[in-house]
Amino acid sequence: MSATSRFHFWRTVFWLVMAAGVVAGFQRFYYGLGASTNLSDRFPWGIWIGFDLLCGVGLAAGGFTLAATVHLFNIKAYEPVVRPAILTAFLGYLLVVVALMFDLGRPYRIWHPLVMWNPRSVMFEVGWCVMLYTTVLFLEFLPVVLERFKLHTAKRLLQGIMLPIVIAGVILSTLHQSSLGSLYLIVPNRMHPLWYTPWLPVLFYLSAIGVGMAMTIFESWHSARAFKRHLEIKLVRGMTRVLVVVIAVYFALRGMDMLQRKAYTALFEPGYERWLFLLEVALMAGPMILFWFDWSRKSPRTIYLGSVAFILGFVTNRLNIGLTSFERVTGVNYFPSWQEVAITLMMIGLGFAIFRFAASHLPIFESHEEEETQARGGEPGVPVLASTPGD
Amino acid sequence: MARAILYDSTLCVGCRECEKACSEGKKLPYNEKVAAEETVSSHKLTAVRTHGERFSRKLCMHCLDPACASVCPVAALEKTAAGPVVYHPERCMGCRYCMVACVYQVPSYQWEARLPLIQKCDMCADRTAPDAVTRCSEACSFEATITGERHELVEIARKRMAEKPNDYYPKIYGIEEVGGTSVLVIAGVPFEQLGYPSSVAKAALPNYTWAALQYVPDIAVVGAVLLGGIHWITHRREEVSRVEGAAAGREVPQ
Ligand code: SF4
Ligand code: SF4
Repeated sequence: MSATSRFHFWRTVFWLVMAAGVVAGFQRFYYGLGASTNLSDRFPWGIWIGFDLLCGVGLAAGGFTLAATVHLFNIKAYEPVVRPAILTAFLGYLLVVVALMFDLGRPYRIWHPLVMWNPRSVMFEVGWCVMLYTTVLFLEFLPVVLERFKLHTAKRLLQGIMLPIVIAGVILSTLHQSSLGSLYLIVPNRMHPLWYTPWLPVLFYLSAIGVGMAMTIFESWHSARAFKRHLEIKLVRGMTRVLVVVIAVYFALRGMDMLQRKAYTALFEPGYERWLFLLEVALMAGPMILFWFDWSRKSPRTIYLGSVAFILGFVTNRLNIGLTSFERVTGVNYFPSWQEVAITLMMIGLGFAIFRFAASHLPIFESHEEEETQARGGEPGVPVLASTPGD
Repeated sequence: MARAILYDSTLCVGCRECEKACSEGKKLPYNEKVAAEETVSSHKLTAVRTHGERFSRKLCMHCLDPACASVCPVAALEKTAAGPVVYHPERCMGCRYCMVACVYQVPSYQWEARLPLIQKCDMCADRTAPDAVTRCSEACSFEATITGERHELVEIARKRMAEKPNDYYPKIYGIEEVGGTSVLVIAGVPFEQLGYPSSVAKAALPNYTWAALQYVPDIAVVGAVLLGGIHWITHRREEVSRVEGAAAGREVPQ
């Protein structure tokens, strides 16, 4: 396929997905959840929680990992990928909130946790963190917009307070990325033993960091192609090394836990759960083994494929936890209705489209160093944090 | 004074009068079709289930430390001092976490409604008199469902079991399950056979969450200090070079 016909193809797909999503959304709000989803009293959470929430928030984890890498750990080499990561995270969180509006029975009460408190509830904590972190992401992204409209004073002021904002972002992310796992701590007797563990919050956090890296690689690859830039191969290669370590720590913890609690015995029980478990492990551990070898890190294509495998493994893991692990005890074989799928696809489609739009109208990828130095006029008072594209 | 219910499966004849009284009291439709449904739902808050010759009742267990109330982000579910676990519909945003969390799969949703709410047994919390009994207890002519103080009901259950040891499986369900419930069950066979999950945790379920959630303030405070410190350390070199650079800058032009 030539580049133009590929573009037309994807444009058609996009509009078809949007049309299906609008019809599904109408049915959802007009006829209710019962008529438009395959959810039931026995299976109250479907892909809108398993995918849109669990995966959506996880896949946006690149935002906080890279903000920490560059602004706190001061590894400046990664600056070129901070902006796209922050943009992805910002869009990701906005879309998660939009998707939640479809899932909540009374979406117009989404603000209730602000005034009706229950600090014992993980959902309460996640709600607050997501709300605050979306604000943080907005502030972290704002300099890009200010730069675009040449509002240099405003940008400089904002960057003066960027350090506490970045720290708040990393803390909030740590809290809610792990708390998404804590959501499931309350159901020790309902989840399949292959997935229930008291370590869920830590495992969620580690895998979120891993997938944040993998998503950054994925994006760099695609934007390199879409915007005809070269891939930051050195950066991407460095990231694969970190990814290897993160996955290794993740599996060390998960493996030890399975051994100690003898959860592995569930592997010998009949049922499809164990195959889905093995699929998840293969997709997540595969890239770790692959990236261990030098040759694999030399080829951008292998790096790309390995990252995609890890992303798919991450998604399988979240879907297994949110959906598969409840099927045995509830006796329900949940499969989403077309409306549920259509709305999820609409969120993904919107994510890609808005990212593309923003990337071609805002300074996401190009370096604005010259402009920056002029604007700053070499003032010593400006914090170091306020360096190049990242902030 | 905390209300509780004792259900004795060995005395239950499956007449379903409790179901009927419940539905009438809650203004829910009740007819043969509904009676035949052996599961709770948004239009049926308690259900009599048939297991061959035996029967069991399904209703909210009114846990002493309920999972549903602990997970609700807006505190729409609440364990009251009077015993019942009640629902505040004006708070609920419909996240359905309570349905996921309840090990007995009790909270039901109005799936067909455009603006749905949760429905569940509230142990007739509208009857506020201290000695009031629930509608289901009132309707039962066989003493299979009775209302009373939890410790009194435990005594009654023990007495019944002591008098006819051969009729009973020697255990009261609800004493230790999920840290204790306000609905107690005794029966002639192991509870698993009557649809009461027997392998549930013995500790209150909110403890499992709290084991992790309690660290939130620690992570926030220690994390912020640590990250601030890391920033300070990692940016030291730049500070040094900036100061040196500024000093050098002053000297060069002369
Ligand atoms: S049985 Fe379920 S709904 Fe009833 S109090 Fe316990 S957790 Fe809540
Ligand atoms: S569905 Fe309503 S009652 Fe249940 S946890 Fe959510 S907000 Fe609370």
